[in-house]
Amino acid sequence: MRHPTRPSGGPGYLDGVRAAAPIGVAAFAFGVSFGVLARSAGMGRLAPVVMSLTTFAGSAQFAAASILAAGGGAAAAVATAVLLNLRYGPMGLSAASTLEGPWWRRALTAQLVVDESWAIAQRDGRIDRHLLVGAGLLLVVGWVGGTAVGVLAGDLVADPASLGLDAAFPALFLALLVGQIKGRSRLLAAIGGALIALALMPVAGPGVPIIAASLACLVGARRS
Amino acid sequence: MTAVWVTVAAVGLATMAIKAAGTLLVGDRTLPPRAQGALEHLAPALLAALVVSQALGGSGGGFAVDARLAGLAAAAVALVFRAPLLLVVTVAAATAALVRALA
Repeated sequence: MRHPTRPSGGPGYLDGVRAAAPIGVAAFAFGVSFGVLARSAGMGRLAPVVMSLTTFAGSAQFAAASILAAGGGAAAAVATAVLLNLRYGPMGLSAASTLEGPWWRRALTAQLVVDESWAIAQRDGRIDRHLLVGAGLLLVVGWVGGTAVGVLAGDLVADPASLGLDAAFPALFLALLVGQIKGRSRLLAAIGGALIALALMPVAGPGVPIIAASLACLVGARRS
Repeated sequence: MTAVWVTVAAVGLATMAIKAAGTLLVGDRTLPPRAQGALEHLAPALLAALVVSQALGGSGGGFAVDARLAGLAAAAVALVFRAPLLLVVTVAAATAALVRALA
């Protein structure tokens, strides 16, 4: 494999772009469907695109648009979306040690963390900055571009669920999870995370099961 | 329209702050070994939770069993045969689409 931006070895930005390409297609399609939903929720044309660029997190945006559409009000929409995005706290913390430069550049690079880019950028228990940036940039282009297509020409595009694209996301996470399970403590963390999520999904609000599942990483605290 | 822009601004600012918090708090300091050990186990914990919630989560919370589960099973089979990521994701989507088309 060639590493165009880092001839000295290790992955480059283009490796991140390439790794994210399969899921970028699904991100684009769901961007389109977010645009369609947001438009029908009375969000207009500009606000959904601005939201995709600034929030850049699918589940929170879908939740906020659905709540606004149902007349739930801004406070409920904001509270639910923020709860869904709390998982980016621990994810951002795990990426912190690999980011470089002045504070504003690190804060800007951290905006490229989404579930998919963060998962793709995993290397030996750490985040690879080049993979994160490459994957994150491709996903942001797909997500924002899809949203723009959705608000402008949503009626022309097929429902992503009928194409099975909603099944692409759990498949991606499963494939990346398999690569993560090296050794007993990581297997325990995975089982713990899955069980916590399963136990809380029927009883806790959206976002809470995933945030609680991150506590399973504590099995690694006593082993190093 | 005001509620829309209030939502967009508040969610956007909060999300940007959450994503940036880690690097702004830690900076270039090295974390204690126990914290580093925990963070190295965050990926398996969160990925497993994401698999569960993305495959079984209902739109309004709770569980919903649908074609996604068939797609995930097909992806698992593809992974057993050591298929590349692109093929795993494609097999999952194609299986879920097929199940929906037949249902």
